[in-house]
Amino acid sequence: MFDYDLKLALRSLRRHIGLSMLMVLAVALGIAVCTITFTVYHAMSTNPIAWKNDRLYAVTIDSWDPEKPADDEQPEMPPEQLTYRDAIALHAADIPERSLVMFKSERVLNPQQPGRTPFYTLVRVTHGDFFPMFETPFLYGSGWDREADAGPEPVIVLSRETNEKAFGGENSVGRTVRLGDNEFRIVGVLDRWEPAPKFYDLNNGSFQEAEDVFIPFMWGETLQLPAVGNTNCWKSEQIESFGDFLNSECVWVQMWAELPDRDTRERYQAFVDNYVRGQKAGGRLPRPLNNRLFNVDEWLDFYKVVKKDNRVLIGIALLFLAVCLVNIIGLLLAKFLNGAALTGLRRALGASRKDVIRQHLTEVVLVGLAGGVLGLLFAVAGLAGIRAIYGDTYDRYEQLTRIDPVVVLVTLGLSLLAGLIAGVYPAWRIGHTSPAVYLKTQ
Amino acid sequence: MLEMKNVGKIYRTELLETHALRDFSLSVEPGEFVAVTGPSGSGKTTFLNVTGLLETFDSGSYRLDGDDVSRLDDDARSRVRNRKIGFIFQSFNLIPDLDVRDNVEVPLRYRRMPAAERRQRIGNALELVGLASRARHYPAQLSGGQQQRVAIARALAGDPAMLLADEPTGNLDSLMARQVLDLLEHINSMGTTIIMVTHDPELARRAHRNVQVIDGQITDFKPYEAPHAQSGHAVASVSA
Repeated sequence: MFDYDLKLALRSLRRHIGLSMLMVLAVALGIAVCTITFTVYHAMSTNPIAWKNDRLYAVTIDSWDPEKPADDEQPEMPPEQLTYRDAIALHAADIPERSLVMFKSERVLNPQQPGRTPFYTLVRVTHGDFFPMFETPFLYGSGWDREADAGPEPVIVLSRETNEKAFGGENSVGRTVRLGDNEFRIVGVLDRWEPAPKFYDLNNGSFQEAEDVFIPFMWGETLQLPAVGNTNCWKSEQIESFGDFLNSECVWVQMWAELPDRDTRERYQAFVDNYVRGQKAGGRLPRPLNNRLFNVDEWLDFYKVVKKDNRVLIGIALLFLAVCLVNIIGLLLAKFLNGAALTGLRRALGASRKDVIRQHLTEVVLVGLAGGVLGLLFAVAGLAGIRAIYGDTYDRYEQLTRIDPVVVLVTLGLSLLAGLIAGVYPAWRIGHTSPAVYLKTQ
Repeated sequence: MLEMKNVGKIYRTELLETHALRDFSLSVEPGEFVAVTGPSGSGKTTFLNVTGLLETFDSGSYRLDGDDVSRLDDDARSRVRNRKIGFIFQSFNLIPDLDVRDNVEVPLRYRRMPAAERRQRIGNALELVGLASRARHYPAQLSGGQQQRVAIARALAGDPAMLLADEPTGNLDSLMARQVLDLLEHINSMGTTIIMVTHDPELARRAHRNVQVIDGQITDFKPYEAPHAQSGHAVASVSA
């Protein structure tokens, strides 16, 4: 019977082609707006390392001003970053399977290759555990080990783009580059790695690109590298040297620990709490004990990566779709009631209510699917438009505006659902119309 | 074939009640050709709708082909309509964007009949009404008489026990009307029961029996006499 329903539905849509197109267009517009909004929301709210959500923890302690919280909007939360000396002390624990402290800096990189000029790079100054913890893909070579951290050894990992810029994409492992005034030996080249949001450091925008090069953390102190991320200070201190800065109460270092199970997490939490208690005993960290380990989801939530505005936009988009659906319900009612005489005739010839309702729902599903496909095309065009407008300003817009299979499936599901919601009442209504009423008017 | 006893049908609005059928009783034997006449608003169409299970009724009983169909649910009524009753309407009621073949196919589709059997039945029905060569024509390409013959083919394709005809010649000129009536008589002669509502006394005279309806009640009838001198075979009983 499905083939017959399909045949009748197609015939009916063709019979009123203008009205059919109007309905498809209404579904398409509603779906397109929802898809565009949902695509951006989905990209923003995705945990890019969800499979390690319960292993990776951002480490925070409340080292802030005793008189007021670090963030007035979230007064119960500690500051997002650590002081240098707290970070170093907490990193010394051997409880985590892996751990790292890090900050972002900048340097000019000289490839020391004929025809290649030096260029500006963003530098992530971090421990070697960065690579296995965050599962960065390598094109060539690998990261560095803990000995290289301890040295520190002059080793460096390049991003794929940096390697292309400096070495034309060749395997550059073993070669040296100058970073500022120092030579570093390349031990690894990352493959394309664009975690979005950039969960491991949300300080300078949640959707910035990963850094260009990576070097061991201790080079930060050795080379007195400046931090180019957020540096927040609450205490009035005399800072006249880099050493003063490292010993200050300013927070500017991020810390992550990989804690594979609950027991490890609890032991590490206890270690952090004990450390803070020890500091309190020494006269530091005057605020109440408030040390938190955030998993990745909690971390993204803490930073409000998905702003309230985005959620409101989703609501508005769904409202727009609802308005489209209400219009479609009206159009379908008009269309179905206009064809009530034929429906009455079919009922007289033996069609049951179920037959009539199913036939009309088939038509509605076709409208929904056609609207979904067209809506998807509109969405692709709309997202391309957003990229064209904002792509130069925000380098991650390309990633945020990419339709993935999940979005395609959700879109088609949504359009089908939208069609059914819009069509159920008109189909039910026409199915319950007495056939006798229309036979005389045929 | 058909036995209605004391059937009542009332249409209600907030302000008034209209008794469309009152204590309506009628028996029709298999193979009969009954003409139902009466002025406009007398209840003829309501009778036809109730008989065709297009409408329910409020009181009384109705047996069709031996089965009590008085209180069937909608699905069951649809099934009975599809299998036992064929409809012929004054305005033909063909589906304009289906060709002749597809129009005749409609009731067979709702019977979930296999394609091969559908093809055969459609072919036979169109042969019977003399339109086999027009199977791929659309209604708009046919004359009024031809369209009514297609409607008759559609009604017959399902091999119903009874044909209900509502002013079948009302929209036709006299020549075409005669052709259609000849066809109905031919179909009746093959054993199909026909109940025809008409205003036309001349048409009514060609039926085996006339039933006159006024104010929802049968007021007059001519007893059925089976063809070929089967006199005294009073197979229709009417009371009002």
